[in-house]
Amino acid sequence: MANTSSTHDVKVLGAWPSPFVIRARIALNIKSVEYEFLAETPGSKSQLLLQSNPVHKKIPVLIHRGKPIAESLVIVQYIDEVWSSGPSILPSDPYDRAIARFWAAYVDDKFFPSLRPIKSAQGEEKAALVKQVNEGLVLLEEAFQKSSKGKAFFGGDRIGYLDVAFGSMLGWLRATEKMGEVKLLDEAKTPGLVQWAESFCADGAVKGLIPDTEKIVEFAKLIAARMKGSGSS
Amino acid sequence: MANSSSTDVKVLGAWPSPFVIRVRIALNIKSVKYEFLEETLGSKSQLLLQSNPVYKKIPVLIHGGKSISESLIIVQYIDEVWNSGPSILHSDPYDRAIERFWAAYVDDKLFPSMKLINTAQGEEKAAIVEQAIEGLVLLEEAFQKSSKGKAFFGGDRIGFLDIAFGSMLGWLRAIEKMGGVKLLDEAKTPGLVQWAECFCADGAVKGIIPDTEKLVEFAKILVKMKGAPLGKN
Repeated sequence: MANTSSTHDVKVLGAWPSPFVIRARIALNIKSVEYEFLAETPGSKSQLLLQSNPVHKKIPVLIHRGKPIAESLVIVQYIDEVWSSGPSILPSDPYDRAIARFWAAYVDDKFFPSLRPIKSAQGEEKAALVKQVNEGLVLLEEAFQKSSKGKAFFGGDRIGYLDVAFGSMLGWLRATEKMGEVKLLDEAKTPGLVQWAESFCADGAVKGLIPDTEKIVEFAKLIAARMKGSGSS
Repeated sequence: MANSSSTDVKVLGAWPSPFVIRVRIALNIKSVKYEFLEETLGSKSQLLLQSNPVYKKIPVLIHGGKSISESLIIVQYIDEVWNSGPSILHSDPYDRAIERFWAAYVDDKLFPSMKLINTAQGEEKAAIVEQAIEGLVLLEEAFQKSSKGKAFFGGDRIGFLDIAFGSMLGWLRAIEKMGGVKLLDEAKTPGLVQWAECFCADGAVKGIIPDTEKLVEFAKILVKMKGAPLGKN
């Protein structure tokens, strides 16, 4: 598929803080695909969002030639398959693909949900949550060692599917460390991931997309205040 | 890939699990012989604990000594490895994105809401049943779009979404029976009613969806053991 689509061919409905949106944007950057970024306003959902993702009403949504695709990991795979002449995002070997998909699902089903409650947790509950996240990171460290085979990324020399799936979480991971006053990624237990995180954030396809930790902390405070005020989640 | 001896391919599973059923159907589509290693209810074999240490759950596919977990990941692996057999996923990237989207919907929304029906009572039950039916109506629409007048979501032959959703049919019928409710019906989901019959009669599926009665009996055993049928994943 030629690179010369007009930017109107490809739209991403999203918002800067969302790690799921970040995934779609990194994938498009890997493929050097230009796109129009339509930022949703916090607290409201645009008509376009409601129309293009009526089932979940959530971002990100990729709209390509008028057709919407939802669910960030589905979108990333779609991008990899459509722009097949660009650098591959998923590994080529079926077993490696299964492993990358397994850990990406782990990030969504276990890791990210265990990260979220830390910032507002206290005492024993907080300690238990932190322990859970740390155990998850140790598993991901092992996966990194096996998958990278000594290279910089889960994907090897270049960032790949699992780099995108997990790396998109780094902004929130660091913000959680700050807000919760805990250390999650550390040199002692997860040395490979510490190095990987630096390399990932510096990568050309990623630069500028992982929000500053401070900005996320501010944003998290805003959300918390709004939720307290409205009394609903 | 040439016909492997059946010892090359093992499936760790149990007959009642819809997730295990997915894997078996996929292997049948590809005419792959495999050894089925049945887990005993209430205990986890050494092999299971070794081959899926992260989740300790079935199904696990062991191929050439390597283990793959998570049913939808296993199905995609099977499709990619035995690529000379009939395709399971669509060839078009957009169609693949749609079937992955709905397969995730079955796992994240539909099946969890179906399971809740078993333990719910009164008004809460009515609300959950309504939610499940709304989900099925969405899948009816998806079926109409996807099948384009043919028998299956995959068209003429069963495909990824047929497997992801069809694997749930045994439990869907058991839940209807135990709950005294109708989920799939001619009025709201006529396409799916017809599809369900075709799916269960398909050569790759025959004999794998357990009889409704057997599942109802099994659910009773689970209640005794855990206090709730299908209490946990």
